Amino acid sequence: MTVISLIILLPIANALAIMLGAPARRSALLASWVQLALTLFAVLGYNRTVGGVQFGSSWSVAPEWGLSLRLGADGLSLIMLLLTALVTVAAIHASPRIEKREGLFFACILLIDAGAAGAFASFDLFFFYAFHELALIPTFLLIGLWGHGQRHAAAWRITIYLALGSIIVLVGLAKLYLAQNVALLPGHARTFDMIVMAKTPALIPAAAQGGIYIWLLIGFGILISLVPFHSWAPGAYASAPTPAAMLHAGVLKKFGLYGLLRVAVPLLPEGAKQWAHVLLVLLVLNILYIGLVTIAQKRLDTMLGYSSVMHMGYVFLGIAAGNAVGLSGAALLMLGHGLSIAALFAMAGHLRQSSPTLAFTDFGGIAKRAPFLGYAFGMAAFASIGLPGFANFSSEIMVFFGAFGSVPQPGTLSFSAIQIAVICGLWGVVISAVYMLRAFRKIFMGEDTGSAVVAEPKCDLRWAVIILLVALLIGGVWPKSYLSFIQPSVEAILAK
Amino acid sequence: MQQVVPAIALEVSVLLLGVLMLFAEAFSRRADRSHMAKYAIGVLAALVGFSFFTQAAPDTIAAGSYWKFYSVDATALFFKRIALVSTIVFLVMALEYRHILARFIPGEEEGRGTGEFYCLPVFICAGLMFMASAVDFILIFVSLELVTIGFYALVAYMRRHTLSLEAGVKYLILGALSTGFLVYGITWIFGLTGETSLALVKANLISGFSAAAAGGASADGPLAGNETALLFGIVLILVALGFKVAAAPFQLWVPDVYQGAPTPVTAFLSVGSKAAGFVVLVRVLDVFLAVPAVQGKVTAVLVLLAAATLIYGNITALPQENLKRLFAYSSIAHAGYLLMACASLGGDFAVAKQAVSFYLAGYLLMTLLSFLILIVVARHSRGDEIRHFNGLGKRSPMLAFAMTLAIASLAGIPLTAGFLGKFLVFKTAIATGHWVLIGIGIVAVAAGFYYYIKVIAAMYWREPEDAKSIEIAPLTRAAITILGVLIIVLGIFPRPVLDQLRERRQGPPAQVARH
Repeated sequence: MTVISLIILLPIANALAIMLGAPARRSALLASWVQLALTLFAVLGYNRTVGGVQFGSSWSVAPEWGLSLRLGADGLSLIMLLLTALVTVAAIHASPRIEKREGLFFACILLIDAGAAGAFASFDLFFFYAFHELALIPTFLLIGLWGHGQRHAAAWRITIYLALGSIIVLVGLAKLYLAQNVALLPGHARTFDMIVMAKTPALIPAAAQGGIYIWLLIGFGILISLVPFHSWAPGAYASAPTPAAMLHAGVLKKFGLYGLLRVAVPLLPEGAKQWAHVLLVLLVLNILYIGLVTIAQKRLDTMLGYSSVMHMGYVFLGIAAGNAVGLSGAALLMLGHGLSIAALFAMAGHLRQSSPTLAFTDFGGIAKRAPFLGYAFGMAAFASIGLPGFANFSSEIMVFFGAFGSVPQPGTLSFSAIQIAVICGLWGVVISAVYMLRAFRKIFMGEDTGSAVVAEPKCDLRWAVIILLVALLIGGVWPKSYLSFIQPSVEAILAK
Repeated sequence: MQQVVPAIALEVSVLLLGVLMLFAEAFSRRADRSHMAKYAIGVLAALVGFSFFTQAAPDTIAAGSYWKFYSVDATALFFKRIALVSTIVFLVMALEYRHILARFIPGEEEGRGTGEFYCLPVFICAGLMFMASAVDFILIFVSLELVTIGFYALVAYMRRHTLSLEAGVKYLILGALSTGFLVYGITWIFGLTGETSLALVKANLISGFSAAAAGGASADGPLAGNETALLFGIVLILVALGFKVAAAPFQLWVPDVYQGAPTPVTAFLSVGSKAAGFVVLVRVLDVFLAVPAVQGKVTAVLVLLAAATLIYGNITALPQENLKRLFAYSSIAHAGYLLMACASLGGDFAVAKQAVSFYLAGYLLMTLLSFLILIVVARHSRGDEIRHFNGLGKRSPMLAFAMTLAIASLAGIPLTAGFLGKFLVFKTAIATGHWVLIGIGIVAVAAGFYYYIKVIAAMYWREPEDAKSIEIAPLTRAAITILGVLIIVLGIFPRPVLDQLRERRQGPPAQVARH
């Protein structure tokens, strides 16, 4: 049993144990810390000079389809697994006291965790897809049972949207599987094995790539909340219980981006070129249009929901760049965004205890009474904007540079489409600054209106936020620590 | 593997079991007949075991031997096991249901007159097993009737329950009509080819419609110009089978019959009858799709049927509040997915057939599991509306979890058998290029999520109407556990089923001697 399969099995086993009567919160907390320790063990044990997929295990499931449960991790998956483990620990620490059915609550959280970890550690198209769906029903239950506001409507919407997105992804993956040029594969049989597929150059005929790419782009786009398929996200995050919002916005949504990086970028380069302009238009809309919508929000929870939709645009920009700098930036931004949005949702969950609606007008001058909360929220907000010192800054810089440099400069005063997208995207940083700083000012600065009395968070929540912020600071001050894992994987993805 | 049992011994044993049970029913002094069901479960379970040790068909078939209309390829054995397993689960359900049943049966003491409820399914099982092996139109017809007549009686079994009687009448009239279509269609095919054996019909049709018949290079085959007659016969047969598998627009009987029939019968009907219909459909399509003259048109008819069935089943399921009725409409929807795979039989036949078979295996598990839980819950909540499932997560976490599993599988969530079936269906449709069907299928899956997950919402989101916990009989508990585990195992590790579906013998099937 490899350390990677343990990382996936542990939360599933723990969820089952909780349903059979183990003490819910305590065992979930223990399991999440063990998972983080195992992940760090894998990160430290990963041999970077050798590179490639390590800790591999393979279990043949249906040889006639070339299907096996293949687990392992390369640098990129390790970073995503690290994100999963960090956010899970923080999410369980940040869980409010659960009045009803505590066991079911933590079992659902752990299943989401297991699904995300399984998807990031699978090197087989089928299980890569299947693990992600493990989170679907738990998310539905979490939002519907323990959510706020219009929780039932939000739960229905997210479930139907994600199911629709998943089935579209499935059709795309099935097309990809069927389009393989069988003559190039070992044994002349089709395979679901992503490692074998990545090793085979020109596996998908160029003519078929465009038709597959668009299915994947729309399907993953729904899962990532790409405009115009984004409308499920803000409401769902606003209504979800704190840990569910943290895990979903922070980790699970990255599955679609990870899928594009793992599947579409290496296998469908021609398809990506065909649809490049569509993607550019959509991602600029994601940044600017959703950015403006975010500014208009009057409540903290929907504002955070929209901001998490907006920031996906930068990651798409890095993927659209299609070069090593842009893709590495995109991967690092996935980590940075996941950590910062999780921290923000954790603190929003704490604020909700004083004002259920989280309207900005309910708050004021909280930093005086709760300085820790003020500092921590400020840092997470700065990280989210992309100010220097945090992982988001280093990654957004890489995304912009990578995208701008991905095409030769046509002339001194003319720009190509992607460069125009970069110029538009830069304004997104200004927009983020506007809404984040405004929210910070309204809630934490100014007169203490006293209408919503906020106490300092308990020790549990402090830990959650500190863990996330430390990981963010490391990425900002010393980005090489993460990039030394990401870059070789990205170069391997591009090398073929 | 030892191959010691002649395959036909399985059917004969099931028939003998049925006859014995009839005698027991006639002469037993005990009013309570539940022991009969328990013995039958044991015997049928043993037969499932024996089915792994059957002899293969002989290589050459003598004139006059039963192998002319009976075959034991891997598909046949697979569907025999499906029939046996669904009959076993039916009997488990019937035991759980017996107190409700007795209320609607006239009799001086409880249990009197319920014996046939346990022994008719055994005869139906024999019919289903014969049908799995039938490669001749006559045997197909006879076994189909054995099944259908058994169901006529079972659907109307609760004699003091008006809904059950209404369901029985509706099923009888429409069933008899579809039988007429089937016979008439067979007659047309027989008139064209002079044969009833599927292999010979296929050979005669291919040579009859081929442009270059054995006689000369440019001469047309003897049947050239008779495409319309052939199509007429095919369409009649498709109509009859469409009735059996509940394909739109021949689905009108389904909701009322499913809701009115005793719940175990509904489950058996939706699994057994559907599986049998599809195994026959695959067998006859193997013949008809091999004729180039009509292949395109037959495929077009199947695409239309699949599209209509998917749309009708999924849209009408959306507003249902009664769980039995919901399952009725959703069973139409599942017939749509299966037809989607059947429409792809014209492409890679073996792959599409594997998809149909695997889908049916998954469908069997998840449908039986959900109905079994429905029976248990309905008995304690006194009703089978969705609201009777409210708060099941509190009343019985085990039942709620098992139901969640069944529902997840029905909706097609990965790591369950139902998802793998859907994946295979979509894969084969993509390979064949039925893009319209795939588009409809995607919308259908999304709609399916809505109406299935409604049940999960009721079980976990809502508060129970009465908080009494639910007692589960040991036999039922075992059946629920086995079905639930199988759903997950097949969803992750489909190899056992795939191995069963692989034909033992490679190459062409045995030649059948002509008259």
